Amino acid sequence: MKMVHMKINGMPVEIEAGQNLLAAAKKVHVNIPVLCYHPDLPAWAACGLCVVKQENSPKLLRACATPVQENLSIITHDAELYQIRKTVIEMIMSTHPNTCLTCARNGVCELQRFAAEFGVREQPFEVRIADLPKDTSTTSIVLDPTKCIKCGRCVQVCQQLQGVYALEFIGRGDNTVMSPAAGLPLNDSPCIKCGQCSAHCPVGAIFEKDETALFVKATGDPNKHVVVQIAPAVRVALGEAFNLPAGTITTGKIYSALRRLGADKVFDTNFSADLTIMEEGTELVRRLTTGEGAIPQITSCCPAWTDYMEKYYPDMIPNFSTAKSPMMMQGAVTKTYYAEKAGVDPARIYSVAIMPCTAKKFEISRDDNMHASGYPDVDLVLTTREFARLIKASGIDFLKLEDEEADSPIGTYSGAGTIFGNTGGVMEAALRTAYHLITNEEMGDVNIEEVRGMEGVRSGEVDIKGTKLRVAVAHGMANVSTLLEEIREARDSGKEPPYHFIEVMACRGGCVAGGGQPYSTTDEVRAQRIAGIYTDDERSVTRCSHQNPEIIQIYDDYLGQPLSDRAHELLHTNYHERKIYKK
Amino acid sequence: MAFRNYILVCGGTACESSKSDDIYNALIAECKAQGVADEVQIVKTGCFGFCEQGPIVKILPEDSFYVQVKPEDVPELIAEHIIKGREVERLLYVKEKKKHAKVEDIEFYQKQFRIVLRNCGFIDPENIEEYIARDGYIALEKVLFEMTPDDVINELRTAGLRGRGGAGFPTWMKWNFTRQASGDLKYIVVNADEGDPGAYMDRSVLEGDPHSVLEAMVIAGRTVGSNQGFIYIRAEYPLAIRRLEIAMKQAREMGLLGKNILGSGFDFDIEIRLGAGAFVCGEETALLASIEGRRGMPVPRPPFPAVKGLWGMPTVINNVETWANIPVIIAKGGTWFNKIGTQDSPGTKVFALTGKIRNSGLVEVPMGITLREIIYDIGGGIAHGKEFKAVQTGGPSGGVITIENLDTPIDFGSLTKLGSMMGSGGMIVMDEDDCIVDVTKFYLNFTVDESCGKCSPCRIGGRSLANLLEKITKGNGELADLDQMLEIGQAMKKASLCALGQTAPNPIISSLHYFRDEYLAHIVDKKCPAGKCKSLISYYILPDKCIGCTACARKCPTGAITGERREVHVIDQAACIKCGVCYETCKFGAIEVR
Amino acid sequence: MAKMTLEELRKLRDSRKSEIDRRDINSKDSQIIVGMGTCGIAAGAKTVLDTFIEELNDKQITNVAVTQSGCMGLCYVEPTIEVIVPGMPPVIYGKVDAEVAKRIVHEHIMQKKMVSDHIFDRPSIDIIKDGGK
Repeated sequence: MKMVHMKINGMPVEIEAGQNLLAAAKKVHVNIPVLCYHPDLPAWAACGLCVVKQENSPKLLRACATPVQENLSIITHDAELYQIRKTVIEMIMSTHPNTCLTCARNGVCELQRFAAEFGVREQPFEVRIADLPKDTSTTSIVLDPTKCIKCGRCVQVCQQLQGVYALEFIGRGDNTVMSPAAGLPLNDSPCIKCGQCSAHCPVGAIFEKDETALFVKATGDPNKHVVVQIAPAVRVALGEAFNLPAGTITTGKIYSALRRLGADKVFDTNFSADLTIMEEGTELVRRLTTGEGAIPQITSCCPAWTDYMEKYYPDMIPNFSTAKSPMMMQGAVTKTYYAEKAGVDPARIYSVAIMPCTAKKFEISRDDNMHASGYPDVDLVLTTREFARLIKASGIDFLKLEDEEADSPIGTYSGAGTIFGNTGGVMEAALRTAYHLITNEEMGDVNIEEVRGMEGVRSGEVDIKGTKLRVAVAHGMANVSTLLEEIREARDSGKEPPYHFIEVMACRGGCVAGGGQPYSTTDEVRAQRIAGIYTDDERSVTRCSHQNPEIIQIYDDYLGQPLSDRAHELLHTNYHERKIYKK
Repeated sequence: MAFRNYILVCGGTACESSKSDDIYNALIAECKAQGVADEVQIVKTGCFGFCEQGPIVKILPEDSFYVQVKPEDVPELIAEHIIKGREVERLLYVKEKKKHAKVEDIEFYQKQFRIVLRNCGFIDPENIEEYIARDGYIALEKVLFEMTPDDVINELRTAGLRGRGGAGFPTWMKWNFTRQASGDLKYIVVNADEGDPGAYMDRSVLEGDPHSVLEAMVIAGRTVGSNQGFIYIRAEYPLAIRRLEIAMKQAREMGLLGKNILGSGFDFDIEIRLGAGAFVCGEETALLASIEGRRGMPVPRPPFPAVKGLWGMPTVINNVETWANIPVIIAKGGTWFNKIGTQDSPGTKVFALTGKIRNSGLVEVPMGITLREIIYDIGGGIAHGKEFKAVQTGGPSGGVITIENLDTPIDFGSLTKLGSMMGSGGMIVMDEDDCIVDVTKFYLNFTVDESCGKCSPCRIGGRSLANLLEKITKGNGELADLDQMLEIGQAMKKASLCALGQTAPNPIISSLHYFRDEYLAHIVDKKCPAGKCKSLISYYILPDKCIGCTACARKCPTGAITGERREVHVIDQAACIKCGVCYETCKFGAIEVR
Repeated sequence: MAKMTLEELRKLRDSRKSEIDRRDINSKDSQIIVGMGTCGIAAGAKTVLDTFIEELNDKQITNVAVTQSGCMGLCYVEPTIEVIVPGMPPVIYGKVDAEVAKRIVHEHIMQKKMVSDHIFDRPSIDIIKDGGK
């Protein structure tokens, strides 16, 4: 790695070539303010806050977009820069509504933070607030373009990171608005509801649809039997909302908090992740051994991904695993198996899922298969961010809670279930069980390092006692197209499929960095959360889905075999081509 | 039989719109009719630059310069000038009762020095042979067969040519960056997205001498190792596009474009890309984004296009005027070129002279000439005997220059020092009737409309500045507004992403510096000294001058003027919309503006 | 048009150059003015004009502009022409015909010698002697 030597405010800095000035400043513990820059994205250079001076040059540079250079000498803070930055903040504020108290980002807003730090005490400039309607057309995300500061993060996330192109800028000059493509309602646009835009928005212009009130109402209704599941990725991120380091595992405290919040039963989506592996793993082995069904098999537990595929790659529908996502499986067995076992009328059950994801809010009503129990299998999805607010609003001192256990019979999970929360995890979990299904033996070392990592597309070959499985993992929706094109090409030219099994997650890093997770997600944070997930895996009593005693029990007591008729009815679904643009 | 006379008809956009096509056809018909078709060559050329007086017909070798020619004048021109050798006096360009028959006598041309416009108004731009006959493609010959790429770069370096698009970056450095950059593919791009209001130098070059740009592109391609060029031109220039297409077709047919140019083994071809006319697409990174099919928004530099440009590949991008200089520099040598102009900025510059000037038009002058020479000697001074007030250089992003600085020799450096800039060469002259606040507001409204909206300083600050100016011209200004404009202007200058935002406050900063009193008159006295800002003026009828003719009352669109015949009239101030019709109608000077 | 070689391009340029150069008034330092009044035309000025054009073209002389003027007022010696060559006094020739026109091109223009037997507006003797040497 080539190193570059330069100076920040007179202090020598040694840094890898290719980094930007923001990173160089960080090395000497100097923070340069930014509103548009985000480390996930190429520098957009719109906000004008990160301007810095090069010694002996009148022109200012944008620290976000300027690469480090040998011998460069940079001033990051002085009287002139302070004044320019303050003026820019005041300018941005002059087109931003003064409605902090009712804003989704109240207290966690990046613009609010700078206004506070720069001590803006009055609005010196003429205030011009665009009068634009909110877009509440989706079940997941709300757009409030009046609050948009045109930083461009959402547009870049949607186009560059996710390859979806649902958001864009329309109009120019001070008439520029962030908008769904072609000015359509968001729900009629190609949007896959991944929510990455809402996770990256620095202000309250894009946010998750807040449904915490529904939870409160349900718990206050004596006729409702509230059952909650929590997704794998929630347990390693929620702590951040309570100032714990990213990756801190808070599973026990979450169970405890849920009971205090009035949940009648607390289960875990990880249980159904194990269930998914039983179904999906068996499906894979069947496809490979009987020749029935398309190869490669592609995972289907990410609702943003299935939505994307139905819109952009409908010809791949036969390749999708028909297994539902763990959340939907959990919902289905909650209102059937659990209801029967506990003797609760499923009509009374209010099924809640705490998810790292905004697309999950859409998934619960995507089609009739989501009512396999005869009722909505999941009634309500709350994102991690909503859940954190709910805990705070309910007066729960989260950090002081004692760890508790999940309830039976659908609350126990294996390490394989928990690693569903990050990229490569579903693949690894499936391979652990596939090994058993193919060889009828248990794996020695269940850590399959080959499929771990952060590269956008990873592929390799896994040797299961002579059976060679070619596998690939993709995350970050924009990365998936290379894999799919490869498969298409092989299929159309009659060649052997390049892979047997593919895992796809829409968000970079997987669900740990989902669109509903706490703000300020960067690769550093992703790595910490993923480390937390693997720690949870290693601490688990069982590491493979088929070893989970409650899984064994549900098949013995209720489902019979994986892919049985009942399993099909409750745990599987099908897919349909969707128009990219409605209408 | 050789031709004894040449009739050059201007085929530029301005003259074409005033019927030069009809004149051209009439000349052909008339020469036939009068039996001199074999002796006279009629050529439709590019713009002569003297657009104020178009359509223009020039007859050689007498060098007679006929202005405002109409198709009806053609028979007389042929019968008198061609047949009998007598100039048609009534059509000759007239200035102060003295007729100027010859181009060399007309001051408009006297101080000009034509490199870029060398062929404009002289050759038929739709005939490649005329370009070749004027030493066209000689430079390409040299570059292909005699010079190494290093030689070419060195020649440009010796010449000291700086980019004519505005920033004045040394051209040889740009080319050298691209030459040294690694990349399998490299591109050559012509920026023909001319957007300044009133500026049309690029259009004139492309209409009048398209091959000069094509030749330069091939030279650049050979020098930096590129085989593909793009010309990004606004769709509003249909004539220039047509001429370029014809020129490219002819060059391809003759083997001057395409595969194996002149048998040298070098391949180069060019495509035209049309822009929708967004001003910001003149900014090079936005232009490249637009060529790629993306929204035309600037991206930060570095990396510069020279290293990472079109589709991420090293790209030489220069504006039309810069390109047109290249073949001459290569043909005549950098040393020759360097002697023209100033040390800071060698060569010439084409300006579009407009506003309250007697002779508006395109002028090409050596750098270092003074504004006074351009305005008074070439431009003929202020029209209608009014007082000079200021000249705006650099288009809507430049600044004003006042009478004290008219003798400054102009080049890139000196204009910047005066708080203005060279820009692409727009030059707008203001007289005493122009209100500086009003004019500044016009510029700001232009840049605000043309802002792409990407960066917050430009998007928000520009609109705030325009609104503050509006407030002042409406009579609602406060003294604090002036400080606020400077504060916003400073932040825009420093923190905007591209030159559009960085220079948009220039008109305000510079006019506030030179004409602060006029701003104060608007703010403190609530008066517009030039009588332009409608909210700040009132029309009154002077009782001792009004004879009661009723002319004003009859013209007044709102019926605000009342009075009996032969009695003094009165304007109802509440009903008056300050349209000024009464002022223009009154023959007795009885209407006063206060 | 077919694709050209370098030689063909140079040939094309050379063949078109004199033609275009004649259009370029800036490259001309000499002038032949032909009186084209009614009297001149009647006396054959048109033929003289054509002869000059052809002859100059023939000899590839590009620095001479042939222009017309109205009647010079010397109707009795028409056709009249004026020749202006740098370094020589302006001379008016009278009674010029095609033959004389050719001589003017050969002698006055090319050899810088005046065609003394047709000089009408005769400069003083010593100049003629001087120029005639």
